[in-house]
Amino acid sequence: MSAFAPWSIEQAEVVVNKCASRTGPVLLTLQALQCEFGYVHPDAVPLVARTLNVSRAEVHGVLTYYHDLRTSPAPAHAVRICVAEACQSVGSGAVVQRAEGELGVSMGERSVDAIDLESVYCLGDCALGPAALVDGQLLGRLSPPQIAAVIASLRSESA
Amino acid sequence: MITVYVPGDSAARSVGADTVAAHLVAGAAARGHDVRLVRNGSRGMLWLEPFVEVDVNGTRFGYGPVSSDDVDSLLDAGILEGAHHPLAHGNVDQIEWLARQQRVTFARVGVIDPLSLADYEAHGGLAGLRHALTMADDDVVAEVLASGLRGRGGAGFPAGIKWRTVLEAQSDQKYVCCNADEGDSGTFADRMLMEGDPFTLLEGMTIAGLAVGATQGYVYLRSEYPDAITRLNEAIDIARANGWLGNDVLGSGRVFDIEVREGAGSYVCGEETAMLESLEGRRGMVRPKPPVPALQGLFGKPTVINNVLTLASVPMVLADGAAAYQALGTGRSRGTQVFQLAGNIARGGIVETAFGVSLSELVNDFGAGTRSGRSVRAVQVGGPLGAYLRADSLDVAMDYEALADVGAMLGHGGIVVFDDTVDMAQQARFAMEFCAVESCGKCTPCRIGSRRGVEVIDRVIAGVDREANLMLLDDLCTLMTDGSLCAMGGLTPLPVRSALRQWPEDFGGNP
Ligand SMILES: Cc1cc2nc3c(=O)[nH]c(=O)nc-3n(C[C@H](O)[C@H](O)[C@H](O)COP(=O)(O)O)c2cc1C
Ligand code: SF4
Ligand code: FES
Ligand code: FES
Repeated sequence: MSAFAPWSIEQAEVVVNKCASRTGPVLLTLQALQCEFGYVHPDAVPLVARTLNVSRAEVHGVLTYYHDLRTSPAPAHAVRICVAEACQSVGSGAVVQRAEGELGVSMGERSVDAIDLESVYCLGDCALGPAALVDGQLLGRLSPPQIAAVIASLRSESA
Repeated sequence: MITVYVPGDSAARSVGADTVAAHLVAGAAARGHDVRLVRNGSRGMLWLEPFVEVDVNGTRFGYGPVSSDDVDSLLDAGILEGAHHPLAHGNVDQIEWLARQQRVTFARVGVIDPLSLADYEAHGGLAGLRHALTMADDDVVAEVLASGLRGRGGAGFPAGIKWRTVLEAQSDQKYVCCNADEGDSGTFADRMLMEGDPFTLLEGMTIAGLAVGATQGYVYLRSEYPDAITRLNEAIDIARANGWLGNDVLGSGRVFDIEVREGAGSYVCGEETAMLESLEGRRGMVRPKPPVPALQGLFGKPTVINNVLTLASVPMVLADGAAAYQALGTGRSRGTQVFQLAGNIARGGIVETAFGVSLSELVNDFGAGTRSGRSVRAVQVGGPLGAYLRADSLDVAMDYEALADVGAMLGHGGIVVFDDTVDMAQQARFAMEFCAVESCGKCTPCRIGSRRGVEVIDRVIAGVDREANLMLLDDLCTLMTDGSLCAMGGLTPLPVRSALRQWPEDFGGNP
């Protein structure tokens, strides 16, 4: 999944300049930076503020408001398990528990081999839960053994 | 050449449709058959996904749920000639579950190739826009008003009234914003429509834009729906290339264009004013109303904000006339509603039918009870801010007014079923926790109240000062209901109180 470019302020300038002419640009500029680098480097804040002619506080405010935006490098893999009601009703709790066990971390943490375990509220797969988004791929009808297998295959991919 | 359909819908893909499609094509080729593969939307019979269809002389035969291991046996049985097989469901149009529905908004979903304009037009697409272009703008708005079409995002506000306000507002610039944030657990109809029939949404938005005098539309689409984002962008490119979006809509000389804006993982950004803030690139904080967005919306300009399903229902209203739409439904709930059966349900999926069907019919007949085979204990209607209903009180008609009468709400039409293993105190706690995580933070009753709510429920569950804490919880719920700026804080007490009232035994009380 790590198809991200390493952080570089020069490259960031190119990305930000491309977004500058769009309407309501702050959020989409941060999203574009994250798309490029996997995260929004703190040094991007003054750059975005200057280029888009808004205050640093404004940029910082947007950056910290949205769950999707991160300020530290992306993991090697991301396992995002749905913890909303419809998935709860078919046992997402057990899937979460198994994933935590396999990775040795709690929800919201990163494993030693750089796999993020995150919760997400609904993936629109609520009739086929438990659902998860693994490196951007939607998986449904998950069971605890299946999530363990998914994690094992992520590991063999990284190895 | 035989046409085979394997849904490209992300729910179908989540249970292996891509591999099934690949095996089918390879297997057919190995047997010397020439097949054309169409990745259609899902028919909405999600328990049968991946659901494969074979077109035999114009009749579509269905098979499902198909796993990639089944493909060889299906091909050997002769499914390319519509043959029988243990996974066969026969002529898809005659499957009772589908035949009993009234597919209006979802008429084309699962039927057509989502990105084929030829398919779209062959199935009635663009008739609404073409008709609208022959009418005065005023008359288009009047038609939508007369249809009785109400907003599908939750509040059920008449679409025509909103449109009229925007039409009558004087401004150099107006906008149409489609709310595709679909954050409610148990809902997926917006997603399935955008993936399975994206042109319908674009057509509805264009009709809205031209009618009210807007030249630019935005779709605010949640980032959790990567496939829908891709599909809709592809559809926009095709529509532009074919001259029905852009500077000269269908040769009328009129301008309307659409852009997709991706959300960033915030539930409250589905609230319309928070969505506007987010579209403007800011923190998704709720704005006080008035001013209403119809007068001062995106960038302060008059803005139509409608849900995906609302806008996707518009082409049909313009194509077939308000009267045809009006004729469906009951009381003040006109037309059809797209219900989404979710959670612990044997036959989950999309049920589009006229308003007024009972909840019990949906859960027990269409849904066939729980997936686990245990008994139903609770049903949550209308998303995370919706009430829980008991299994013995499902005899309620599914329309805005009847649900309001029993203290529930229809919301976006999501229905989540729980079996008898559910702990309702935990569900109440979750409602508060969700509010705490997703609160935009603008008002104290919601931001702080929800955190206190979690703590108080934890104390009740632990049996600490039970009576006093229950009283505190009740006060907190009243405060949140009365003192919150938007429905996030204002309605969170609904699931909490409905759980407390109907399942006191789960909170350590007497049943
Ligand atoms: C917390 C909250 C979340 C909401 N989420 C959505 C949503 O995801 N999609 C939606 O269409 N409406 C949502 N709404 C309702 C919108 O505010 C608004 O009423 C709706 O988009 C108007 O469109 P409609 O009239 O076509 O329903 C939400 C409201 C609240 C208070
Ligand atoms: S109720 Fe909650 S989400 Fe709504 S405006 Fe207040 S703090 Fe924001
Ligand atoms: S922000 Fe560039 S594609 Fe996601
Ligand atoms: S609740 Fe899990 S996918 Fe919707």
